[in-house]
Amino acid sequence: MKHFGESSVKFANPPSILGAAAIVGPKEGEGPLAKYFDKVSHDILFGKDTWEQAESELMRQTIETAVRKAGLPMKAINYILAGDLLNQNSGSIYGARSFERPFFGLFGACSAMGMGLTLGAMLIDGGFAENVVANASSHFCGAEKTFRFPLELGTQRTPTASWTVTGDGAAVISANGKGPYITAATTGAIVDLGQKDVNNMGAAMAPAAADVIAKHFGDLSLANDYYDVIATGDLGKYGNKLLVQLLQKQGLHFGDSLTDCGMLIYDAERQDVHAGGSGCGCCAAVLAGYFLNKIRSGEMKKLLFVPTGALHSVVTIQQGETIPATAHAVAIEAALPHFSE
Amino acid sequence: METSKSQAVQDYEKLVREISPKSAVLYNSVKAFFVGGTICAAAQLLYNFFEGRGFSRDDTGLLVAAVLIAAAVLLTALRIYDRLAKFAGAGTIVPITGFANSIAAPAIEHKKEGMILGLGAKMFVIAGPVIVYGTVTSVIVGLIYYFMK
Amino acid sequence: MNIIFWSFIIGGLMCVLGQILIDLTKLSPAKILVFFVVAGCILGGLGIYERLVDFAGAGATVPLPGFGNLLARGVKRAVDERGLIGVITGGFTAMAGGMTVAIVFGYLAALVSSSGMKD
Repeated sequence: MKHFGESSVKFANPPSILGAAAIVGPKEGEGPLAKYFDKVSHDILFGKDTWEQAESELMRQTIETAVRKAGLPMKAINYILAGDLLNQNSGSIYGARSFERPFFGLFGACSAMGMGLTLGAMLIDGGFAENVVANASSHFCGAEKTFRFPLELGTQRTPTASWTVTGDGAAVISANGKGPYITAATTGAIVDLGQKDVNNMGAAMAPAAADVIAKHFGDLSLANDYYDVIATGDLGKYGNKLLVQLLQKQGLHFGDSLTDCGMLIYDAERQDVHAGGSGCGCCAAVLAGYFLNKIRSGEMKKLLFVPTGALHSVVTIQQGETIPATAHAVAIEAALPHFSE
Repeated sequence: METSKSQAVQDYEKLVREISPKSAVLYNSVKAFFVGGTICAAAQLLYNFFEGRGFSRDDTGLLVAAVLIAAAVLLTALRIYDRLAKFAGAGTIVPITGFANSIAAPAIEHKKEGMILGLGAKMFVIAGPVIVYGTVTSVIVGLIYYFMK
Repeated sequence: MNIIFWSFIIGGLMCVLGQILIDLTKLSPAKILVFFVVAGCILGGLGIYERLVDFAGAGATVPLPGFGNLLARGVKRAVDERGLIGVITGGFTAMAGGMTVAIVFGYLAALVSSSGMKD
């Protein structure tokens, strides 16, 4: 069995991330991580007519870049696993249309990259695929239109609101290669602690992140200092504070090694993004651009990547429902770990 | 099980309230006061202008509303209104100019979904409820007025 | 001059009330707009709002309660003129001019401009 404890898996033959790419929009290109991205588009429409087409084009370009960097032809990709925030996953579907590769659309809101990496590694370690692309994208304008208000409407954002990242991160996972390796994964349940404020998504998602991180360490019997960095998806700075508190209640203290992709991608003060970045593309781009580069350069050895997603819809919120959330933990390591031997 | 779950929800709500920053109500209110007040004072200047030209009270009201609405729509299309609103909050939402913004903004945003079902149908996604509840209330007011007269 | 001063003060205060409702109650702006219009219509029906209009001019008519008051005034006048028929024509007649301007200008604005990135 490769299944451990309540909800974790260890890969017998950990797949490698053969290549990765991150492409972002103009605002992200002004942020502190700009130099790590493969491309910063100064055109928020990516040369297209609508926000929806723009996101699909962003997704198409990023996957193309990642596959090229992996040194593979598109035909060598056995599956594309991709998720986004638009209705019916249309950002990913229209983006992947031209590739003509087997495709699974994932919906996990901003946790999509965690789902893609987990399922991709499972497909490969299970022997069902040699090369898989995991991808997640989001576009600020498309997300505003889908979840909030028209862009021209005069509104004020609350201090806990987050800013949807225009960006995409793609990773080519392969049975071949010399790392970084996906060594283990813990899949989150749907956690709902009764939060209703859609302008405070970090608060809705922090319990899901705490739950999956605690299970990951418990299921795999890891010491608290096992990872160099634990990076949650996009809780933002207040969600991150909540997560620290929730983990402390369970005796888990990570100190400075615990960070959040939504806090890294923008300079919150200068760029006026309130709580930080959010959206499927936020943690995907931070992983594909920033973290994987750090691992390849040897600055970082062990990363626990924990994308979080708020799984409500506009309809359920209008009907008075609370915000359910999830999080998926994926262990990414520079070298093969001792525990799989 | 049920009680421990609801206890967890309550405990967490407390923690969220503790950690999440509140909106700066006082600062926001000052900004809303000055911008909203300025819009109304400017409108009063318009009233004085039109009344001075001999328009009736009703016609003056309509002309002022028309100028304010046209200006707000223009500023919306030029992307100035939403920038102003980010600063002024309710100062730009509560005056009739905010109502005009709420009609123009979805029309502009949803144009890409077609002239009929996009622009035409979505124009009132935000302003629609105001008209619905305003009309229903006016009918109730009218009925009471009719029977009390 | 005096009425310009008072329209600034009263108009500003109405916006402050709206701001406090938005910041403290977490009600969406759409709900607050509805609340203002309904409140203005009821106060107008009771004849109270007109006193504020006499005193503060545009400070009372330009904020959304003024729109509610306009409807109330319209329906009362229509009832005076046409009886029960006025109940169903008064509100819409009163808002006809403003709504037409908003729709036509909104339509034209959407024709000539496209949505763009927020900053």
